[in-house]
Amino acid sequence: MTADNNIGTLGHLKVLDLTDEKGQSCGKFLADLGAIVIKVEPPEGDKTRHHGPYFHDKEDIENSLHWFSYNTNKKSITLDITESKGKQILKKLVGRVDFIVESYPPQYLDGLGVGYKQLKSINPRIIMTSITAFGQSGPYSHYVANDLVAWAMSGFMYTCGEVDRPPVRCSIEQAYVATGVQAATASLLALHYRNLTGKGQQVDIAMRECLPSGGFEIFFWETEGYIGERLGVKRRRGNIYVRDLWPCKDGYIGWRLMTGPLGATTAYLLVAWMDREGMAGELKDIKWETIDMNQLNKEQMERWESIIISFLKTHTKQEIYKEAFEKGMQMSPAHNTGELLRYQQLVERNFWVNVEYPYLDSHITHPGVFCVMSESPLVTPQRAPRLGEHNQEIYIGELGYTDRDLIQLKTQGTI
Amino acid sequence: MKDYTSPLQNIKIADLSWSVVGPDIALYLSYYGAEVVKLESLHTPEVTRRSSPFKNGVSTLDRSLVFPIHNTNKYSLSINLKHPKGRAIALRLVSWADIVIQSTTSKTLEKLKLTYADLREVNERLIVLVTSNQGQTGPYSSHPGYGDAVVALAGFPEVTGWPDRAPSLPPGAYSDSFTPWFGTLAVLAALEYRNRTGKGQFIDLAQLEVAANMLTPAFLAYSANDSQIIRRGNRSQTDAPHGVYRCIGDDRWCAIAITSEEEWRNFIKVLGEPDWARAHKFSSMAQRKRNEDELDKLIETWTSKHTAEEVMTKLQANQIKAGIVQNVSDLHRDPQLMHRGHFQTISHPEVDKYTIELPPYRLSKNHAELRRPAPLLGGNTEYVCCNLLKMSGEEFAQLYSEGVFE
Repeated sequence: MTADNNIGTLGHLKVLDLTDEKGQSCGKFLADLGAIVIKVEPPEGDKTRHHGPYFHDKEDIENSLHWFSYNTNKKSITLDITESKGKQILKKLVGRVDFIVESYPPQYLDGLGVGYKQLKSINPRIIMTSITAFGQSGPYSHYVANDLVAWAMSGFMYTCGEVDRPPVRCSIEQAYVATGVQAATASLLALHYRNLTGKGQQVDIAMRECLPSGGFEIFFWETEGYIGERLGVKRRRGNIYVRDLWPCKDGYIGWRLMTGPLGATTAYLLVAWMDREGMAGELKDIKWETIDMNQLNKEQMERWESIIISFLKTHTKQEIYKEAFEKGMQMSPAHNTGELLRYQQLVERNFWVNVEYPYLDSHITHPGVFCVMSESPLVTPQRAPRLGEHNQEIYIGELGYTDRDLIQLKTQGTI
Repeated sequence: MKDYTSPLQNIKIADLSWSVVGPDIALYLSYYGAEVVKLESLHTPEVTRRSSPFKNGVSTLDRSLVFPIHNTNKYSLSINLKHPKGRAIALRLVSWADIVIQSTTSKTLEKLKLTYADLREVNERLIVLVTSNQGQTGPYSSHPGYGDAVVALAGFPEVTGWPDRAPSLPPGAYSDSFTPWFGTLAVLAALEYRNRTGKGQFIDLAQLEVAANMLTPAFLAYSANDSQIIRRGNRSQTDAPHGVYRCIGDDRWCAIAITSEEEWRNFIKVLGEPDWARAHKFSSMAQRKRNEDELDKLIETWTSKHTAEEVMTKLQANQIKAGIVQNVSDLHRDPQLMHRGHFQTISHPEVDKYTIELPPYRLSKNHAELRRPAPLLGGNTEYVCCNLLKMSGEEFAQLYSEGVFE
């Protein structure tokens, strides 16, 4: 909270982070942009510290890789905001910060006497970013959700997966990051308003609205009442289904076969390659740029697909990517986690960051910053804090408590 | 009380981008007061203007239903950049702007002489964001591709779908959805930096690097534990039940997630305390996890006797995380979305009415502003030149007759 921390894009701004998994990445992204972010945890630790996977698969509050992922660049203090001494301390902190990010149920903090209205009287410039599953008011405002339920209610899940199975989600939770980044965006909108008027405000974010509602289906529903279907790796476009992921010898390739001017370049290059290896078949004579996708029929598309798949299955994804890159075909390999970590493009951009975790006697690779800014670079990830790691720095250094006070607060269970 | 001051009321954006990601960044900023001019050309119209579906199936450049939802609130200025005088007009737009959004690979920008260095010469306070699949530097920076390529490169297929089936994909072109969220955040941060220091800057927004930030725990698990996280359907690593269950009706489902013992006790109460729920094999989270296949079948015998609406309502009344797997028709009837005004309708001269979804945030002092429908191609060229860029009527007429605005 000191001036020498004034680095990065938002180095002059301070954030109190009172979130659970729903909003944790909001503080992380603000911290990546240089803001000083203090994660306020209950004395027993944030419950997200019990969210796996764990370092070396050992469950412990200092071992959660999920926690590590979304708490880099933050400071951690412990504070029981439900008891009276804790509330007093929270109010002191509120007087010194620009943002509070929280994800308690609606009205919960008001009930404790530390809701937006009460805190505003301490600091009228405060921006309170409130994250809930469905919103601060309305018929579902008391409903609860996690990532899975957010997927379901958002509309994003209905068309994900296969026709003979239930709708499905991505196994790495998406709703929480989607919420965090948009909550950070909304916080900065409120900041720009404060710059103009001097006034703070409350921002209300609904997690389930943070995921996309489902792509193109909205047009088809509006124009013809079509509600979409689960097509695996295919998409409906007009009367046909187009494939976005193609099997090859050792995995999958990301690409969409398109006719017309947008797809002709890749199609010709691919067919020329197939022809060199005697596998082009009937594709050889097609004038790709003259064919309108809307005039194609399903059977024709499926026939073309099977010819192409037979060919792709004779090559590895690296062989295909090499050819695609050299010739300018719009095809890309589908990586797994390990392959992306080794992918030359990201290695040469120095994207990955090997973060030191001394207390685990280890280094862990984190994704690097989400964008490259030329004048005020983002802060590369520093390890997530241990529980209460910055109690001394904040309580003694900032709020002026003594060592003795700290011991007392600890014994009373306040921190 | 809402206020008439918009957070970005003094901010001007030149949207020189293409397709979805760049246009959406400018769109999100426009909702909170930024004025956006979209640079287009009659010769190479924006790809979303050429994307089906079209209003009543009539495919003109102003009738695509895709273009409007990414370009509401914007003015359209048409300039032929291949015309010898085109570039100079584009640079006048750039000197008017605070922010320029581009979405081309570095090679294309060099060819057009519209790189950051070129733009900075006319406006040194400028914030320039360029979005691309893989970034402006690095060996694969010039490799072309749409959003589908990023989703594959980032590794989404491996972690989406069923463990016993081939990989699946998130709906839509998912990276087209999440990249603009990060781009908008970056621009707002850069504006704040400029407020403090007077300095503009260049932002290289690589969709692949944003995508990696959407999958963070996978890389930590791989790095720390040497373990590859792969798709596991709807299951959680630790909790059960955690899935999507069939309900009464055609393709109707409800998601249910139990993440504590207390929730489990409430859950079986709602189910009417069936005998099976008392069995030892379901008595703890670990036991339920071990016997999850059987557990899921038993739960489905209950859900399949109810509508998805009933299942959600009963469970949520007991503070259990549950939700209908909503389709687009459900979304338009969702009382909570209605309460929040999530869907807004806008009138447009060529497509009649279209629906736009607001961002997921509500500010207590500011509205999301819908000021005007998406522009017709080149529909505001004269207004932009004469009113915003302060060109004289004479000069405009002269350039117009030379075909600069085509």
